[in-house]
Amino acid sequence: MTLTVTDLAIARGGIPVLEGLSFSLHAGRALILRGPNGIGKTTLLRTLAGLQPPLTGRIEGAEDQIAYASHSDGLKPTLSVVENLSFWASVFGTNDIQRALDAFALNDLADRHAGNLSAGQKRRLGLARMLVTGRPIWMLDEPTVSLDRNAVQMFADAVRAHLGQGGSALIATHIDLGLDGEVLDVGPNKAKSKPIDDFDGGFL
Amino acid sequence: MIALLLRDLKLAFRAGGGFGLGLAFFLIVTVLVPFSVGPQSSLLSTIAPGVLWLGALLACLLSLDRLLALDWEDGSLDLLATAPLPLESVVTIKALAHWLTTGLPLVLAAPFLGVLLNLPVPGFSWLVISLLLGTPAMSVIGTFGAALTVGLKRGGLLLSLLVLPLYVPTLIFGAEVARRGATGMETQTPLLMLAGITAATVALLPFASAAVLRINLR
Repeated sequence: MTLTVTDLAIARGGIPVLEGLSFSLHAGRALILRGPNGIGKTTLLRTLAGLQPPLTGRIEGAEDQIAYASHSDGLKPTLSVVENLSFWASVFGTNDIQRALDAFALNDLADRHAGNLSAGQKRRLGLARMLVTGRPIWMLDEPTVSLDRNAVQMFADAVRAHLGQGGSALIATHIDLGLDGEVLDVGPNKAKSKPIDDFDGGFL
Repeated sequence: MIALLLRDLKLAFRAGGGFGLGLAFFLIVTVLVPFSVGPQSSLLSTIAPGVLWLGALLACLLSLDRLLALDWEDGSLDLLATAPLPLESVVTIKALAHWLTTGLPLVLAAPFLGVLLNLPVPGFSWLVISLLLGTPAMSVIGTFGAALTVGLKRGGLLLSLLVLPLYVPTLIFGAEVARRGATGMETQTPLLMLAGITAATVALLPFASAAVLRINLR
């Protein structure tokens, strides 16, 4: 499954942030997304995940293939770790959560309410969600925020295992994960065009 | 879809979930009305259907701003939008969960509160029937309002302003069914209108809600 992006331009809040972006992401490969703050990494991931339309350009091979992890983990504080994970598993049509619990060392926390977890533990639970989606392309937005060194290693191992099974990943991060993926620096693609004149058109 | 419904029901019944908020409001309104209008039982039985309907409507309105806002705040709405579920079914399930946790308890509590307002005996069954037909429309319209205002800070005020006019037809025909039923008059016309409004909103509004939600999530 290859994700191909051709001449993509995207906007955030009506202001173009990136343009002329082309790349492809092949099965079994990871792509590390880099660029300064505000360049549009999150907007790019949201666009690829289908949450917002691109200004111009084409995205192929993304339909129903992408598991997206945003800055927030989508956890319910009054549900337990297992309940949170089982919910997402059944949304994506499985009920196998054991692998995800093992991969992120969540077994000891299984019956704890998500509201009582530390920030790093919540993040681990949020990342464990990717494993229950069963989708081949992972889109991760700053996945290692608030993770300790040990947990970063757990995450890198999970990504490596995913790539080994023929999956692929696009990861926006500022740290070195030790993955042998190419780096996609979107810095040079910073949009030069003016803000959209036609506000209504931009909204639609 | 079942998983989403079960999760929402579970969340509603857990601590801080908001189940019982509407019910408590409904109880307070109906208990206080006899104190404010006076104890004449003939006056109370005249206004009972209208007061019960208005109380149920406002109780429903009270819980709307949490309907989608909580899922938006913790990011689950983004994740649900990228999940295999179509957004139309997500909003339908959300409305159904809201009805089960807010609308249905109001329907079940209404006959008991009718006693407090001296509702005439023939009115009880019509009150329950009219609320049973009308409350689903209130949940579906409310979900539409919540989808329109999701992501706005303090969107609750705007939500009430947007939703209240849309509630008016349901209120008029619903209260009319209960009023006519209580006085032993023919109820068929308002009952059919009420059922028609509910059927139309349930059939059409989920598509509108999903469409505005897609725009709001950008």
